[in-house]
Amino acid sequence: MPYTFTVNGTSTTVDTPEDMPLLWVLRDVLKMKGTKFGCGVGACGACTVHIDGRAVRSCMTPVANVSAPVTTIEGLSEDGSHPVQQAWMELDVPQCGYCQAGQIMSAAALLANNSDPSDADINTAMNGNVCRCGTYMRIREAIHRAAASV
Amino acid sequence: MKANTDTTLNRRTFIKVTSLTGGGVALGLYVGTREGRSQFGPPPPAPTPDVYITIKPNNRFTIIAKNPETGQGIKSALPMIIADELDVDWNQVDIQQADLDPKYGRQIEGGSTAIPSNYTTMRQVGAAARAMVLEAAADLWNVPVDQLTTASGVVHGGLGRQATYGSLADAVSRLEPPDITAVPLKDPADFKIVGQPVPGVENFQMVTGQPIYSIDVEPAGMLFAAYHKCPVFGGVVESANVDEIRALPGIQHAFVVDADPDGSGRASGVAIVADNWWVANNARQQLQVDWDEGPTAVENTTRYNEQAASLSSRASEAPAGGGRGVANIGDVEAAFADADQVLEAEYYFPLLSHAPLEPMNSTAHFKEDGTLEIWSPSQIPGLANPARSAGIENDAATMHLVRSGGGFGRRLYSEYDIEVAAIARQVSEERMEAGLPTVPVKLLWTREDDMHFDMYRPAGYHFFKAGLDADGRLTAFRDFVPSVASVVPANEFPRGFVSNFMANSIPITPFSIPTGALRAPSTNGVSFVMQSFIDELAVAAGADPMQFRLDLLANPVPEPQPAGGRGGRGGGFGGGGFNASRAAGVLEAVRRMSNWDAVYPTMGNGRGIGCAFQFAHAGYVAYVVDLTAEGNGQIRVNNVWSAVDIGRQIINPSRSRNLVEGGFIEAMSHMMDWEITIEGGAVVQNNFPEYQPTRMAHAPSSIEVEFVLSDNSPTGLGEPSLPPAIPAITNAVFNATGERIRRLPMKHDGYRWT
Ligand code: FES
Ligand code: FES
Repeated sequence: MPYTFTVNGTSTTVDTPEDMPLLWVLRDVLKMKGTKFGCGVGACGACTVHIDGRAVRSCMTPVANVSAPVTTIEGLSEDGSHPVQQAWMELDVPQCGYCQAGQIMSAAALLANNSDPSDADINTAMNGNVCRCGTYMRIREAIHRAAASV
Repeated sequence: MKANTDTTLNRRTFIKVTSLTGGGVALGLYVGTREGRSQFGPPPPAPTPDVYITIKPNNRFTIIAKNPETGQGIKSALPMIIADELDVDWNQVDIQQADLDPKYGRQIEGGSTAIPSNYTTMRQVGAAARAMVLEAAADLWNVPVDQLTTASGVVHGGLGRQATYGSLADAVSRLEPPDITAVPLKDPADFKIVGQPVPGVENFQMVTGQPIYSIDVEPAGMLFAAYHKCPVFGGVVESANVDEIRALPGIQHAFVVDADPDGSGRASGVAIVADNWWVANNARQQLQVDWDEGPTAVENTTRYNEQAASLSSRASEAPAGGGRGVANIGDVEAAFADADQVLEAEYYFPLLSHAPLEPMNSTAHFKEDGTLEIWSPSQIPGLANPARSAGIENDAATMHLVRSGGGFGRRLYSEYDIEVAAIARQVSEERMEAGLPTVPVKLLWTREDDMHFDMYRPAGYHFFKAGLDADGRLTAFRDFVPSVASVVPANEFPRGFVSNFMANSIPITPFSIPTGALRAPSTNGVSFVMQSFIDELAVAAGADPMQFRLDLLANPVPEPQPAGGRGGRGGGFGGGGFNASRAAGVLEAVRRMSNWDAVYPTMGNGRGIGCAFQFAHAGYVAYVVDLTAEGNGQIRVNNVWSAVDIGRQIINPSRSRNLVEGGFIEAMSHMMDWEITIEGGAVVQNNFPEYQPTRMAHAPSSIEVEFVLSDNSPTGLGEPSLPPAIPAITNAVFNATGERIRRLPMKHDGYRWT
């Protein structure tokens, strides 16, 4: 089936099965590898993208259900200048880095709705994003830093 | 280990210089013979120089990162050492990942060995290159070398003379290289890059979503494969409905792959190949396979547990002979009889899966000419088994090393390389038969595959007994381990600090689950049991647990040299000898940092602090943990203090702190929720919902890290930061609640993080 939706500002049409998750449409059909696969069951957050500005797990989102604009890590900014991306680099957050695209997308969605999140707000917004390497303390600090610069 | 020596080098090592077409010069090591080649079989007949530094005319420097990167930061650490001795600025450096090539010697990420085995060599490479640049400038200006200085890739010769290294590259290429071992090294006090917090070299690519991971590799025309194996270890495919699978929409290939247990070690399964991975993997729902499950199908965790319990009646048996891996010093039984107090306790920790966030995968292209090109995320890359699996000679295979999303020891086993090699060959042959060009194939496992087909951290059953005299001094210590490929702490503290010490083991059979190294192998579980039982002894002795450990460390007990020798104590590979004063050093540091002496007496009633230390992989780490037990088993870790002794030099403090924080967070996963159990010879847990990692809300508010600099060669930190975090937490739980945690994961006893 052909499906048309907007990714990072560009209208895109793909021809895939209706139940194919957005994650695999992005990665294997549109060849956008920034969105990551970690569990496929909505339990790790590695695949987080924005749909209509909300943080969504793309591994649990069938392509047929995508009816609003999608933003992926590749489209968060043109050049890595988003305050969250900047804070992540300034604080040297990543270890293996594999979770960080998803972490950044969750953090950016949080800050878009809450310009000064408390630690409790961060816990709630970020608890679905696993970092197997354990960079949580730096992520928390980086969200506070990005909030200060928005 | 002493500074300025390195066992991987010998006198046939020298610098090799090559001038580059288009300008510039490449400097590398030429090594006649080198140890540590076992990864590749015998050394090649004519070794080529391994280029580490390229000096370009525009005064930029390309430095090779020789080892695989899984998140431990080695991609920056080794080049930082070269760049510092070369005396260039970090922002003048471009880093290039090496391919797998014997000329680089060992290219392994494991055992926290990269720093100790490369530190001196990398310094010498950088220093030798700088010496040659200086010589070229001295010739140019006709002045003695000792009147020249360098900074930021520029040679200064007084009287306003200066020359960039890049402008001297041609002259350098005509010089006779110096003896690498004779080149003076910097005074570490003058390091400009080493010791500075240098951010990860690929942070920009990571935060902008660029395709830098193994799972992202996609050479033109690539197809995607799923591989369906028998859930029972060792089970093989008898038949499968591959014709029906092949007829499904989007499926390009479907075939059975035979087991190759005696060759490459490949497991049998069904490969399904499609234009995208989701379609290939989804077809597994339609797959019908008749398995021959084999003998492992009768095994389960309950049986292992029952056998462990029944074997415990033999805990007092002395080890037979003076065998390796066991210990029998003095006479523990006599000492128990004389003791004022005797304590016994049973401890347990389960099998664990590594669960790096990027599931296992690998990409390979079997070509028309019979060669195989592999893009591998392995921590210990090698060509032999993939080549064998594809039915070709080693030298017909090449391998690129690709960054991976976490290792933790999982990628020390490379079944994905072996599987993709066979799948890629079959795909290419089917295509060639159909008159089509060959294409690359990516094999990707699901998270469920990853959890079902791991090399698990072995479980540990420990039956302890110890004796204390009337003054609360430890007189005898015994550990009995019914073993499922378990670690027996035969050389662990308190051995060497108690007159009577015994550690013995009897295997549980059958046990056929594949086991392997997980971050800090051997001590990741053993630290929990040993440092917890030591804590029990301190409490029984009426002592402060911190002081009890320090008193033991201050009173070594010389032991008669046993038959069979004692080997390096603790720490698994990369261990080396235990140094009590370094252990005491990190304990004293966390005691001060946490204000232990003032705080400990005030604890209890739901607030507790605990301590533990561990010697692992040549490093010493101690923790103090402050936590709150909020009732109903809810545990909140508040503050953490960590002291670390990994020698005289921290290469990259930002990365080192990150590794301590990460080790602590991983320890929290190990102890609260993680557990692999076996039913019918297969793993029960499937995915993160049944194997919950530590999450943001559980992370402590702070982890304060102090590096205790001791006069020892720098060693790695990826592993030692993890093990003592577990007992520091469980000891703090006891301090807060009076409940002693003797089995992991803690969730079974009603605990959870909050
Ligand atoms: S891959 Fe989507 S939540 Fe894990
Ligand atoms: S940095 Fe490795 S999983 Fe988060």
